[in-house]
Amino acid sequence: MLLLILKRIGLGLITLFIVSLITFVGVEVLPGDACTTYLEREAYGTALDACIKRLGLDIPAYERYLDWASNVVRGDFGYSLSGEMPINEVLGPRVKNSLVLASVSILIGIPLAIVLGIITALWRDKLPDIMISTITIFSMTIPEFISATLLILIVAIWLGWLPGIVIIPSDATFYELLSNIILPVVAISMIMTAHMARMVRSSVIQVMASDYVQMAILKGVPYWKMVFRHVLPNALLPAINVVALTIAWLLGGVVVTEVVFNYPGLGRLVIESISNRDLPVVQALAIILASIYVGINLIADLMTLMLNPRLKSLQIRK
Amino acid sequence: MENNLITEDKQKNKLEKAFEILKTMASKPSGLIGLTIVLFHVVLALTSPYIAPYDYKAISPNTMLLAPSAEHWFGTDSLGRDVFTRTILGGRTALTVTFFGSLIALLWGGLLGIFCGLVGGKIDDVVMRVVDAFLSIPWILAMLLIVSLLGTSTEVLIPALGFFYGKGIVRVARAATHDVIAKDFIVSARARGHSNMSIIWNEIIPNVRDAILVEGAMRWSWMLLGFSSLSFLGFGVSPPTPDWGLMISNARGLMSFAYWSVIAPIVGLSSLIIGINLTADAFAKALGIDRSTKAPV
Repeated sequence: MLLLILKRIGLGLITLFIVSLITFVGVEVLPGDACTTYLEREAYGTALDACIKRLGLDIPAYERYLDWASNVVRGDFGYSLSGEMPINEVLGPRVKNSLVLASVSILIGIPLAIVLGIITALWRDKLPDIMISTITIFSMTIPEFISATLLILIVAIWLGWLPGIVIIPSDATFYELLSNIILPVVAISMIMTAHMARMVRSSVIQVMASDYVQMAILKGVPYWKMVFRHVLPNALLPAINVVALTIAWLLGGVVVTEVVFNYPGLGRLVIESISNRDLPVVQALAIILASIYVGINLIADLMTLMLNPRLKSLQIRK
Repeated sequence: MENNLITEDKQKNKLEKAFEILKTMASKPSGLIGLTIVLFHVVLALTSPYIAPYDYKAISPNTMLLAPSAEHWFGTDSLGRDVFTRTILGGRTALTVTFFGSLIALLWGGLLGIFCGLVGGKIDDVVMRVVDAFLSIPWILAMLLIVSLLGTSTEVLIPALGFFYGKGIVRVARAATHDVIAKDFIVSARARGHSNMSIIWNEIIPNVRDAILVEGAMRWSWMLLGFSSLSFLGFGVSPPTPDWGLMISNARGLMSFAYWSVIAPIVGLSSLIIGINLTADAFAKALGIDRSTKAPV
């Protein structure tokens, strides 16, 4: 068991190592280095020399990678080009804002998804299922920027209930954030809930068709007792991995949502740093977002291992 | 002579099979709706240059932000361009780019996945670790980086999208290959001394093709979503090309009083994505593949 956990962690670390290689090599291979892309037309003379010196572009690439990687491991991402400040200082408030947004969305999304998934599965192909499933398909397939734009148009402009865009600085306090994040949270949790509810639905349906549930029915176990005691524990376990993947997948969608609502989180920083051609920040973001992805998946794997007695004795799953 | 007959027969069978699948897909309301929407969009994309009432890039200060009327069915945008014209033209680039992008994704993802599933061992381990690493970088970050450094022409967008949406197919193809690899017909092909290439071509591909095609159809709708998100963020096709994502982002600032210029492209894009999704779902069901438990990777 312990060996299995260690192996999982090891695999995650290897993945992160490859990610760091990919981002580094990618930036090297694509045309232009950090200085010429950033300075664009002013990339000559003393400005270029100073920039090259500051980023250490005059030393060989592999040495730079080792240098950069060892700093990253120690939590130091170097200097941002545009703000002339340490990347850690740029990232700090953004990470906090994104965490607030993500955790509120998850706290609302997961319970809602479980309830909706169970309802649609138990009343399969009946009116509640058809209605909820149609809505989930819509909110799942429509791009984030469309649902967000429609939310702003309807709730903020036509009804005038809430502010349409977030106009707070990136270092706003938690309470300032809360009043501003209602619409972004709705936009994000809508998609997330839809994905997870569909997963819970099919998982519950599968378990309902299994032999032991048939057995419980034949034995005369009351319907609701059977649902809560026999179906749900077995149906929700495989959902953990999907929940993790959905959350991780949303990292991409959050970028768009944050831009639409002008929310000062990590997602908007992605766009800002790419528009400013600030490659050191882009590299740092790639590593951070990849670590979140790997971390969430790792936690999900470990949770599945802990909760499922059958998997404990098995070899590592593919 | 006899050979000809056999191949003709085979082709007929293939056509019949395709027709059969289409019929199964259309037998359910959701599949029928999906197919109709996709067909409508494809026909529209092919014919729109001939039926568009106005020039899509004709700027006119006299017709700025007009409400929908008999002359301008969907009104005009902030530069005085006809929104109806731009909306019916808006799907052309998106459809072309994502269609060829999905083809590329299917090809390289499918072949690499089958290869890894077949050979296994060290090569498989290394490739899957690299695929995992690529999966853990948010696609949007990677796409934005590529596009901002290489430009936003279709020659860049198609291979880039094809590459980034293919890595998930690698996993699906590999898993499907694992399912058939232990079957008797593979073992006997091995025993007959067939090469890996021959086994892939004659034994594995016919058996995993359905799973990979379904995955590709699904990925087409995700790619469309990704492509229009790029346009929306200003990293996709460049103006004045009519494109839904671009139109929405341009009209967004003015939607408090000119909502028509944002509604039209929203309806266009959402209907196409929903249509492709429903079609892919119906396709999967017609082929007997259950995708409902899969996560969107």
